Amino acid sequence: MKLTLKIWRQKNSADTGGFVTYPIDGISKDMSFLEMMDVLNEELTEKNQDPVHFDHDCREGICGTCSLYIDGKPHGPLQTTTCQLHMRSFSDGDTITIEPWRAKAFPVLKDLVVDRSSFDRIIQAGGYVSVNTGGVPDANEIPIPKTMADLAMDAAQCIGCGACVAACKNASAMLFTSAKVSQLALLPQGQIERKTRAEKMVAQMDAEGFGACTNTGACEAECPKGISLTNIARMNREYFSAVMSSENM
Amino acid sequence: MILDSKSPAGPLAEKWTKHKFNSKLVNPANKRKYDVIVVGTGLAGASAAASLAELGYNVKAFTFHDSPRRAHSIAAQGGINAAKNYQNDGDSVFRLFYDTIKGGDYRARESNVYRLAEVSVSIIDQCVAQGVPFAREYGGLLANRSFGGAQVSRTFYARGQTGQQLLLGAYSALSRQVANGKVKLYPRTEMMDVVVIDGHARGIVTRNVITGEVETHAAHAVLLCTGGYGNVFFLSTNAMGCNVTAAWRAHKRGAYFANPCFTQIHPTCIPVSGDHQSKLTLMSESLRNDGRVWVPKTVETAEKLRKGQIKAAEIKEEDRDYFLERKYPSFGNLVPRDVASRNAKEVCDEGKGVNETGEAVFLDFRDAIKRDTEALIKAKYGNLFDMYQQITGENPYQTPMMIYPAVHYTMGGLWVDYNLMTTVPGLYALGEANFSDHGANRLGASALMQGLADGYFVIPYTLGDYLAQTPPVKVDASHPEFAKVSREVKDRISQLLNIDGKKSVDYFHKKLGKIMWNECGMARTEEGLKKAKADIQALRKEFWSNVKVLGQNEELNQSLEKAHRVADFLELGELMVDDALNRNESCGGHFRVEYQTPEGEALRDDENFAYVAAWKYTGDNKEEELVKEPLAFENVKLTQRSYK
Repeated sequence: MKLTLKIWRQKNSADTGGFVTYPIDGISKDMSFLEMMDVLNEELTEKNQDPVHFDHDCREGICGTCSLYIDGKPHGPLQTTTCQLHMRSFSDGDTITIEPWRAKAFPVLKDLVVDRSSFDRIIQAGGYVSVNTGGVPDANEIPIPKTMADLAMDAAQCIGCGACVAACKNASAMLFTSAKVSQLALLPQGQIERKTRAEKMVAQMDAEGFGACTNTGACEAECPKGISLTNIARMNREYFSAVMSSENM
Repeated sequence: MILDSKSPAGPLAEKWTKHKFNSKLVNPANKRKYDVIVVGTGLAGASAAASLAELGYNVKAFTFHDSPRRAHSIAAQGGINAAKNYQNDGDSVFRLFYDTIKGGDYRARESNVYRLAEVSVSIIDQCVAQGVPFAREYGGLLANRSFGGAQVSRTFYARGQTGQQLLLGAYSALSRQVANGKVKLYPRTEMMDVVVIDGHARGIVTRNVITGEVETHAAHAVLLCTGGYGNVFFLSTNAMGCNVTAAWRAHKRGAYFANPCFTQIHPTCIPVSGDHQSKLTLMSESLRNDGRVWVPKTVETAEKLRKGQIKAAEIKEEDRDYFLERKYPSFGNLVPRDVASRNAKEVCDEGKGVNETGEAVFLDFRDAIKRDTEALIKAKYGNLFDMYQQITGENPYQTPMMIYPAVHYTMGGLWVDYNLMTTVPGLYALGEANFSDHGANRLGASALMQGLADGYFVIPYTLGDYLAQTPPVKVDASHPEFAKVSREVKDRISQLLNIDGKKSVDYFHKKLGKIMWNECGMARTEEGLKKAKADIQALRKEFWSNVKVLGQNEELNQSLEKAHRVADFLELGELMVDDALNRNESCGGHFRVEYQTPEGEALRDDENFAYVAAWKYTGDNKEEELVKEPLAFENVKLTQRSYK
C-alpha cells in the first residue's frame, strides 16, 4: 500500500506545533498501525529527521498507553486500541490524519505524546478500597452474586487510555471516572467508602479541568473496552445520593 | 566461592514462620526515618511500594511509563495460582510447592518455593479485599480453572484479564499511599544506575524521560522490581519498553546474575506474519484447557494446507495428529510450557507446520464448541478470540487458531537470597527481575503469584530485618559517589548521541534478536552457542561505532531511551550464551540438543548441575566469573519429569 500521512508534529509543550505530510510506501495489510509508524520512523531516522514520538507499550490492547487520534476518531476507525488496529482497515492511496488526544487536562508533551497524569490523580482521590496488606478475611467469606461480580468486571476493564475524553466534545472524563466508581459501588468491599469515594473522585475530575457530560454517548461509542454509559448513570446516582447526605459539608 | 542462600534451618513447613520471628523489627516510630526506593510499578513494585508505605516507611516509586498502571503485569491473561483447595480436589501448600519444583525441573530453591506456595493463599484474600473482581460461581464463591503442569484446579482468574485486575488492585493500593503522602511517585523516570557506597546500595541515578534531566535519589534500601529481559530476543510477548537496564546496571555494580539462559518459550502465541513484526502476542495458556493442539499426520497434507489447497476443517479426524494427547496421555494438552513448545517446534521441523511460513500448529476449539456450545466458550475466552481475530483477520470460532511458541518470560534474573537481597547489601530484586522461584521453567499462573508474594508478603518482613541493622540517620545524595555515577551516566548519554553512525537502534536489536532466537532459543548446541558468542561480540562492537541516535538529551527522545536498553541487551546476550554453554545438561526451558533422552525429552545431569549458576561481573569485555549456589533437595525426590 501507498499512503499519505498527515501527522501532528510539536517539539515540546511550549511549541505551537502543526501538521507535516509524509508519503509512505510498501505497507502490508498485515501490519499493525503502530508497525506502520515504526516503518515511517526507520525511514525518518535514515534521512536524519527526528522520528515521530508516540506513546505505546504492550501492543496487545491492554496497557492503555497508545493514544492516537486517527482520521478524527480516537484509536481510528475500529472500536479497539490503536495497537490492535491493522492496516487492512485502510486502502491503498488513503490519506491518514494522525493527531494526539486533544483535551485541556491532557497537555501535549511532544508530537503525539500527551500527559494523562490527571487520570492517576482521579484514582488517587478515592479509586480504592482502604485496606492495608494483611489481616483481611478469607476470600470466600465475602460471597458476591455472580451477576454483580460480572457487572463490576465489565466496569473494571477500563484501560485508562483516555479515548473517552478524546472522543467527547467537552473533553469530559465521566466514563473513566464512573467506571471505577461503579466497580467499587457494585461490590460489597466498596460499600464503606461509597459516598466519600464518589464525592472525592468527581471533585478531582472537575479540578483537573475535564468538561461536563452532555450524554452524547461518543465516549461509549469509541471506548476500546466497551465500557457502558450506564456507568455514568450509576455514578450520577452515587454522586447525588452522596452529596444529599454528605457529612463533608 | 559458594553462595549462601540464607535459607533458615528446620523443617520446610516451619522455615518461613521461624524466619519471620527471628527477623529483627523496626519499631513503628522509627519506620518513618527510613527511605526506600522502589523501581518499577508492576505487580511486585506496586505491591511492595504500597505495603511498605502502609507500614510507615517513606517510599519513592519510579516508573518509565506515564502511569504505574501501564506496567506489563497488566498483560497477563490466564490467572493466578493459590493453594486454597476451594475445589476439594486434593490441593495443598505442599502440592503447589511440589508442582512448582517439579515444573521448574528441579532447579529452584526449595525454601523459597515453599514460602511462595504458603503465602499464595493470602494473596487471594488480599486481592478480593481490594475489590478485584475475580470470576465467581452462581453461589457467589470464587471460581477456579486448571492450568498446565498441575492436576488440580487452583487458578483464580478475572476473565482473560487477570493480570490487569491484579495490577489495578495493587495500583489502587499504591494510589492510596500516594494520596496519603507516604509514596512519592516519579512517572516517566527511568533508572540509569544504582549507587553503591561502602558496599551498600544507597540510591539510584535516574533520567527524566521528558526533560532529559539526570537526577540522583538517596535511600536506605533499593528494590528493583523491573521485570524480565525477554526483549533481548527482539520479538517476544513482552511490551515494547520491557528491558534489562536496571538489573544489568545493578549487575555491573556487583549484583550477581543467576541462570540467565533460563528463558521460557510460551507455546500459545500468534505466529510471526512478516519482517515488519514488532512484537508477538500471547494467547493465554488457559486456552489449552479446551483447545486441542494438532497438525496433519503427513507432510503431504501439511504442504497442501500451506499452499492453501485445502482447509483445516476438511482434514479428517484420522488424518490429524493430536501430538500432545498422543505422547502425553495423562496431561495431554496441559503439559508444561517447555514441553508443549518443544513438541510444536519438533512437528514443524518435520515439515508439518500449518501456515505459510511452516511455523505454526493448530489450536482447535471445534470439539469444545460442540460439547459446551459456542456461547459458553465465548463466555470463557471471548476476549482472547476477539484479539486473535483482530490480529489475524480470521474467526477462531469457525477455523482453528494457529499458534507457535514465542519468548515469554525469563526465569533467570538477579541472584537473591531467601530475603530477596542481591549480593549487594541493601539492594533487593522482586518479581520477574529475580531468579528465585521458577527454576528452569515457570508454570502458568505462577508469575502473578510470585510478583505479589514478593511485594505484599515477603519484602515487608525481610526488608525490616535489614533496616533494623541500619542506623536511622538521614541519607542524602551529597556523597561524592552520587556525583561520580551521575557523571558516568551523562558520559554514556553523550557517547551514544555522538557516535553518529549509519544504522538505527532497531537494526541492532533485530540482529541481536535473530542470533538469540536461532542459537539460544528453544534448542541450543555447543557449536551454535559458540558461534553466537562471537557474533554478539562483533555486533556489540559495531553498535558502539555505527549506531545512529538522533536528537539530544534535553528532550523526549525515544531513540536515546531505546539505545540505552539495546546496549545493555548486547551485553546480557553474551552472558546468556555463556550460561547456556556452561550448563551441559538439558532442563526445563534450557534444551541442549546434545543432552536428551532416547524419547527426546530434556536430560538433566543432577550430579553435576544441580546448582544455581550465578555470574559475577569482572569488567567490560571480560569473561564473567561463575559462582555456584548448590541446590539441596530435602523434601522432594529428583526424578525425570514425566507427564506421560
